Amino acid sequence: MFEILEKKSLNPTVTLMRINAPKVAKKALPGQFIILRTDSEGERIPLTIADYDRESGSVSIIFQIVGATTEKLNHLNEGDCLQDFVGPLGRATETEGLKKVAVVGGGVGCAIAYPVAKRLHELGVEVHTIAGFRNKDLVILEDEFKAASGKFVLMSDDGSTGEKGLVTDALKKLVESGEKYDRVITIGPLIMMKFVCQLTKQYEIPTVASMNPIMIDGTGMCGGCRLTVGGQTKFACVDGPEFDGHLIDFDEAMARGAMYRDFERKAHEDACNLFKGVE
Amino acid sequence: MPNMSLKRNEMPVQAPDVRNRNFQEVALGYTEEQAIDEAKRCLGCKNKPCSTGCPVQIDIPAFIAQVAEGNFAEAYKIITKSSSLPAVCGRVCPQETQCESKCVRGKKGEPVAIGRLERFVADWHNSQSEVSVEKPVPNGHRAAIIGSGPSGLACAGDLAKKGYDVTVFEALHVAGGVLSYGIPEFRLPKSIVQKEIEGLKALGVKVETNTVVGRTVSVDELMNEEGFESVFIGSGAGLPRFMNIPGENLNGVYSANEFLTRINLMKAYKDNSSTPIKAGTRAVIVGGGNVAMDAARCAKRLGADVTIVYRRTEKELPARAEEVEHAKEEGIVFKFLTNPTEITSTEKGWVKGIICQQMKLSEPDASGRAKPVPIEGALFEIEADYVIMAIGTSPNPLIKSTTEGLDTQKWGGIIADEDGLTSKTGVYAGGDAVTGAATVILAMGAGKKAAAAMDEYMQNK
Repeated sequence: MFEILEKKSLNPTVTLMRINAPKVAKKALPGQFIILRTDSEGERIPLTIADYDRESGSVSIIFQIVGATTEKLNHLNEGDCLQDFVGPLGRATETEGLKKVAVVGGGVGCAIAYPVAKRLHELGVEVHTIAGFRNKDLVILEDEFKAASGKFVLMSDDGSTGEKGLVTDALKKLVESGEKYDRVITIGPLIMMKFVCQLTKQYEIPTVASMNPIMIDGTGMCGGCRLTVGGQTKFACVDGPEFDGHLIDFDEAMARGAMYRDFERKAHEDACNLFKGVE
Repeated sequence: MPNMSLKRNEMPVQAPDVRNRNFQEVALGYTEEQAIDEAKRCLGCKNKPCSTGCPVQIDIPAFIAQVAEGNFAEAYKIITKSSSLPAVCGRVCPQETQCESKCVRGKKGEPVAIGRLERFVADWHNSQSEVSVEKPVPNGHRAAIIGSGPSGLACAGDLAKKGYDVTVFEALHVAGGVLSYGIPEFRLPKSIVQKEIEGLKALGVKVETNTVVGRTVSVDELMNEEGFESVFIGSGAGLPRFMNIPGENLNGVYSANEFLTRINLMKAYKDNSSTPIKAGTRAVIVGGGNVAMDAARCAKRLGADVTIVYRRTEKELPARAEEVEHAKEEGIVFKFLTNPTEITSTEKGWVKGIICQQMKLSEPDASGRAKPVPIEGALFEIEADYVIMAIGTSPNPLIKSTTEGLDTQKWGGIIADEDGLTSKTGVYAGGDAVTGAATVILAMGAGKKAAAAMDEYMQNK
């Protein structure tokens, strides 16, 4: 069983948990993910690794409460155990040969962008981070990003913190001002990544996007996580989760991401009602 | 005096129009009386032709003789000398092409129902109150098994019986491999699979779930850091194939693996399951193997009208005859000489239908199978809410790509010799990971062979 060592609320809908999982911690690298189940009847959900500590054998995950399983997960506390926790899965972020990188994160995607920025920073890569949130209450990891980035630009949809606007506005501004990036790494909502990739394509900056599709096993067995990259079908779990952003069919990925939306909405409501009854 | 009836004892089954609405087991098994009566049909041939047809060489006449006498415990002992998973094999082995195809009684009349008797003996054993298991004397050697499907479990069982300290690593949260995620409950109840695995655990086999070899730990680490002297790779053929036709990534298109995993492993057919499945009222399954039959029969049980499309004719269906028969009885429609060319989409990006090409058979090709060729212009669309691709699987590339010095075929199969030895010293492989998708019993046979070779390797090291 995998004990929850630490639980911290980063904002009203985003939670960090540090999990005791020595085997996963030993091998984890930025960009990889885990699959967990909260209980013996639970579904398998993938979550990207937010941090890891090989010495203490712990792995951190950051999740947004969006459905029944994340709701259930958020009702667990320090000292409770997860039923299953398997990983690290997927390929790690490629960092070789990079000198200057723009990391563009959106919303809870910043939780995944952070370990990538941190890793690049540790390797001596110049990191510029652009992080976008809907409003100031939803900002996460601001101090952490600042410590790992030569430049940090905070954006908000409503202007309640940082600059008002989209991450693409900030990226455009940086590039137009003469910043030259070997690569842009973008992690966030599909629609945001789609527009980041469209922008960087104009500037011909190689771009990778981290995909987080629906999956079950995470080992290449079900094909539920498939997406089209450069006209070919790829499995996010084993071929990714990071892909060349200029080749991803984002529209297809968005349609596939909505496959179980009705079910999820209903399951989430049921879960909330259940917890309301308990509390 | 043997029972000279030309007909075998029928096994009771759930009625088709009842069973196609539930997930409980279709076949109900022999009673003691039926089993004894059937066992008496065996002539006890001295040269045991049936055993030559068994991939794990069970001493079939010997166990049947014990059943005929009502000595079921003795019969079980004889079977388990050769097979680690009798309750599984009695259900899913293609006996009609193996042991039963060699039965002398089959020359004039029906062969002895060997599979049903095996199943009876295993179920009888499992229904007894806890039978004490003699733990083998440890021999001080350690072996690792990658994958807890049929080949891995067979290999683990044989090594454990010889006194090895065996650990089985499984990527999923439940052991059993394809027995757990693939074969449906109505054909192989999961409680039976778990019972067989508990039996192996009682022998001392350790099972570590949630361990993806190649990611969580590598083959080399198992051998160099964790002290395993020999490793068996039984990682199966889990990578689903697609046809690469337009529309295959639409919402509502499943690989058979995904569809079956949601149902069998994650129990998505239960009302309170937290794993969703999108099953509409019209399903089309593409393919003609056992997996296609399983997917079709699951879709039927979820309430759909089900059509199987297959590009050859009924005669060429690779599925077991019994599975095809069961599917038909349950109301599944077959469209033969039908090859999909495109999956069409609703405005919202969901499956609307599947466009198919009518085929005809040409002359047999080098493999002896007649090749289907298109009839020009003969295209038609079948309306569907969802489509399941059941056209085969390939070995998972994860272990190959993370194990240096492990040679594989171009198509991904691990290269292994007769005994299962790979290009890496001490590393053996067997089952679908070597052969590509095949049967449970062939995988078990390969696991047993490898166990013998691993035993010799570790003893002489």
